[in-house]
Amino acid sequence: MSNMEKFVWLIPSLPLLGFLILGLGRNYLSKGMAAAIGCISVLGSFVLSLVAFMQISGAGNPGKKIHLFDFINSAAVKIGFDFTVDHLSGLFLLIITGIGFLIHLYSSSYMKEEPSVHYARYFAFLNLFVFSMLLLVLGSNFVIMFIGWEGVGLCSYLLIGYWFRNADYGKAAQKAFVMNRIGDLGFLLAVFWLIARLGSVSYDEVFSAAALARLSTVDITGITLLLLVGATGKSAQIPLYTWLPDAMAGPTPVSALIHAATMVTAGIYMIARSNILFTMAPITLNVITVVGLATAILAATIALRQNDIKKVLAYSTVSQLGFMFLALGAGAYTAAIFHVMTHAFFKALLFLGAGSVIHAMGGEQDMRQMGGLKKSLPITHFTFLIGCLAIAGIPPLSGFFSKDEILAAAYSKHVSIWILALMAALMTAFYMFRLYAMTFRGQFRGTEDQKHHLHESPLAMTLPLIILAILSVAGGWVGIPEFIMKDAHCLADFLDPVFRSSLALMHPHSISHATEYLLVGISVSLVLVSLFLALKKFSSYKDEGMPARGFSALLENKWYVDEVYDKIISKPLFRLSYLMNNILEIRIIDALVNGVGRLVHYGSRQLRLLQSGQVGAYVLLMTIGLLLLFILKYYF
Amino acid sequence: MGTFITFPELLVWLPLAAALLCFFAGSEKAARWIALAFSLLVLAVSVASLNYTSEAFKSYNYVSYYWLKYLGNSFFLGLDATGRMMTLLTAVSMPLVLLSTFRYSFRNPPVFFGLLMLAQCGIMGVFCSMDALLFYFFWELALIPVYFLCSFWGGPRRIPVTFKFFIYTFLGSLMMLAGIIYIYFHTNGRVFEDGTSVAHSFSYTSFLAAGLSATEQGWLALLFFLAFAIKMPVFPFHTWQPDTYDQSPTPVTMVLSGVMVKMGLFGVIRWLVPLFPLAIEKLADVAILLSVAGILYASCLALVQDNIRKMVAYSSIAHIGLMAALLFSRNETGVQGAMMQMFNHAVNIIGLWIVVGIVEQKTGVKHISQLSGVANKAPWLTAFLVLIALANIALPLTNAFAGEMLMFSGLFVYNKWLAAAAGLSIILAAVYMLNMIRKVFFGNVNTVTEQMSDISKAEWLALSAVAAIILVTGFYPEAILGLGRQAATVFLQTKV
Repeated sequence: MSNMEKFVWLIPSLPLLGFLILGLGRNYLSKGMAAAIGCISVLGSFVLSLVAFMQISGAGNPGKKIHLFDFINSAAVKIGFDFTVDHLSGLFLLIITGIGFLIHLYSSSYMKEEPSVHYARYFAFLNLFVFSMLLLVLGSNFVIMFIGWEGVGLCSYLLIGYWFRNADYGKAAQKAFVMNRIGDLGFLLAVFWLIARLGSVSYDEVFSAAALARLSTVDITGITLLLLVGATGKSAQIPLYTWLPDAMAGPTPVSALIHAATMVTAGIYMIARSNILFTMAPITLNVITVVGLATAILAATIALRQNDIKKVLAYSTVSQLGFMFLALGAGAYTAAIFHVMTHAFFKALLFLGAGSVIHAMGGEQDMRQMGGLKKSLPITHFTFLIGCLAIAGIPPLSGFFSKDEILAAAYSKHVSIWILALMAALMTAFYMFRLYAMTFRGQFRGTEDQKHHLHESPLAMTLPLIILAILSVAGGWVGIPEFIMKDAHCLADFLDPVFRSSLALMHPHSISHATEYLLVGISVSLVLVSLFLALKKFSSYKDEGMPARGFSALLENKWYVDEVYDKIISKPLFRLSYLMNNILEIRIIDALVNGVGRLVHYGSRQLRLLQSGQVGAYVLLMTIGLLLLFILKYYF
Repeated sequence: MGTFITFPELLVWLPLAAALLCFFAGSEKAARWIALAFSLLVLAVSVASLNYTSEAFKSYNYVSYYWLKYLGNSFFLGLDATGRMMTLLTAVSMPLVLLSTFRYSFRNPPVFFGLLMLAQCGIMGVFCSMDALLFYFFWELALIPVYFLCSFWGGPRRIPVTFKFFIYTFLGSLMMLAGIIYIYFHTNGRVFEDGTSVAHSFSYTSFLAAGLSATEQGWLALLFFLAFAIKMPVFPFHTWQPDTYDQSPTPVTMVLSGVMVKMGLFGVIRWLVPLFPLAIEKLADVAILLSVAGILYASCLALVQDNIRKMVAYSSIAHIGLMAALLFSRNETGVQGAMMQMFNHAVNIIGLWIVVGIVEQKTGVKHISQLSGVANKAPWLTAFLVLIALANIALPLTNAFAGEMLMFSGLFVYNKWLAAAAGLSIILAAVYMLNMIRKVFFGNVNTVTEQMSDISKAEWLALSAVAAIILVTGFYPEAILGLGRQAATVFLQTKV
């Protein structure tokens, strides 16, 4: 029934082809052509992904592995360029290509002002990103995943630094790449560990019962902790999260696609993919819970006091990713993937909405200069409101279902975790409606000039907003919990083949329906309170120009984490390197080498004096030498 | 012998012929074209030789003439899998070097190109020698033209720098020569085909069968190790390198860093490890430790270099250190990676030098802090640079990824913690490479870069060739890894 071998390779190849055409032909392509190539290649992938998705979604279908060619054959390990299309990768394919296409479409209008060479370059990078991300999820072993893993990091670097004349943007791009690389080292070491122990990196072999039996507890814990290091880099978790807010230097559609909907969820995908390893490493699961929870709370507190519209959304992303990690840590893999999906819808929507606002404001990102945009941007306003409600978790919007599932998982782990997670959720509602109120409610606070130019964005930008808004509303209905409607959690059933063996190992505490009603009741009512508080406080916001003091200054400065990292890692590293360069290299090693050279030089100068050219002296020396020889011969 | 001429002969004599022709060429143009044409011819021969690897073609790959017969010596050339890898990387490098430096003008070009081709002849000889004395002869033959090239065509500080380079490496060579002579006197005699018999022999096989005691092997291995460690170089014998790379004319730097440093690695593969099996265990641990220390040390130093050429030099020391460590570890996977990486490293570092050379040519500046915004003026150059830089930090789907992955995974088997420590270099490499890109290529133009133009046709061609090799072998590493596997098998088998 399935003929997937024939076309699956095309899914990543189309965007790659788009990248090559756009990259090589950027001097010759008109803007229309560039946008068309960029959009159509991703649309093509989307259609093919849809076909592949249909083929695997039949009940009991275990997925399909497709061998393209031998990638690396070595003594210790054979690595094929293989793809796996199963329920998990199928779902991600749709998210990546679907949202990817919408964002390409949006970009075609958003980036209109760029010169055509750079316009083509932009779409080339965007296509390359889609290619890498597809490789990441399609890969059938850890090495192919790693290709995509570093590929998306590269594209993120290229796109954050898209406006390369700006030195700060360049720094932000580099920071993103380097922090990702720190994580990548963890990922790689885990791969080496797997190769050393099992001689394989392919999922079907590594996750097989036979292979798992050969791994000791130390192995599994070590490997999963190293993989987690990789995930914290890519998915912006403590301690490697600080690059993501800076990544907002890139064009806004890039923030929507890469730094919200897709790339940053790669860490969650990787852990979900290796769920069986993590399930067998309870220590790692606990670490993930702590990391996720701490990140969710920390980022939410920072988001409370940011004034840049994109920065709020960025910290919100970090916080939401923390929620997903929390779910993974609790072993609720389905909930994590569910939240990846709904978050992709509403966060892409929010970022694109923010882009529409920034577009209308002539590049202004500071919310203190906005206000009252409701009237001039009706579509943006309405869709943005939906996004805010979805992320806040108001039923029956998508965010409600996925967040509720995570909170339930947190509760089943421990009630204190539930309380902390709920606090983060309440802050989410607060900062999102602070953002909403400051932007769309109240009076306009910008310049007359800006006020004059306010306009709703063109269809190419509003259409993606509308589609994403619909998805943000309805996207959660694939995961309606048991206590509301029996057997309605389609997503859990759908993903069951991927997580089945993990579920068999775990014995989750099931919560009674009554408790669940209670939990949901508490959380929704508190969220509503938080939401209205924010609305009330910020709808009539006036910029008093008062510098923040005390605790709020701490939040405004992001807990000074960047400064601390700079002090304890970056500065000492460079100081040490300078020290080695100026002292060890020049004064010691090279001085020694030169010293030996000088010594030889000096010695030969002295020896040269022996060759005086006087025969008498030679005869004398010869006699002494012969004498010595005889004496030596005689005694030894 | 049924063959008229063998592959190793062609590989050695063609560059020599080119050198002689160049010396007598009348004009700069003639010398350039002779060198380029012959280097392409050598490349064709080298690629062709890849198809004649089986035992049936032995007569295509091995040849021996009588030479200094009374010493038990012969002019014995051979091409095994390791040799094939090494000659291929040399053959690929030379046309890139020549093509990319078409814009450069040199004083006395016939001699310049003649010496360059003579160096290639020496290098090819090193990789093909199956006789210790011959090996030493070619080893020096490769060094001497390079010495003249540096000291006549180099930068303002060339005299002291080149002198140090020459004395340092020559000192190493002398130690090796002393070792060679000592072993020679412990070899068994041989009988030549015409009936002449001699007491000792320089041939590779007699050296392998010399029957040295463990103590003898110990200090002999040390002598050979010093020669090769200086050449590669391994920390802390590296201080000649950054200055030499800085002061040499760019094409010579390319040959030095792309090809000649591999002579040190090759020495380990062909001579050091096979000859002294009893000593190698102890030596290997020290050598690996030095190499890994060198990786981190050189990476840190690369972070703080303002001179781009020195930055590239330190980056290269780090890369070579990793290969050296894996050769000493004799872990099969790691050795396979190291073998293929020798090829990739040559392509990538030559690519880097091409870009650095172009920037220096166009602006007259080689210090990072003085440059800015090159991307505004030279978008193609920037695109190539970014790709080559990514290959240098071993990003997946570039050529260096597979090799580096295999090497690290071999090192991981040798010692987890060392692998983790050496792994830090992949982060440091990203920092110094991206720092350089950001400061030199991104940002706004300044007075230095204002007048820059994009690359010429010849440069475009050379950089495209580099880019093509990077991407093709990145997507399909098996193209090079196949040969790397054969070379690794040969290397690990000769351990008698």
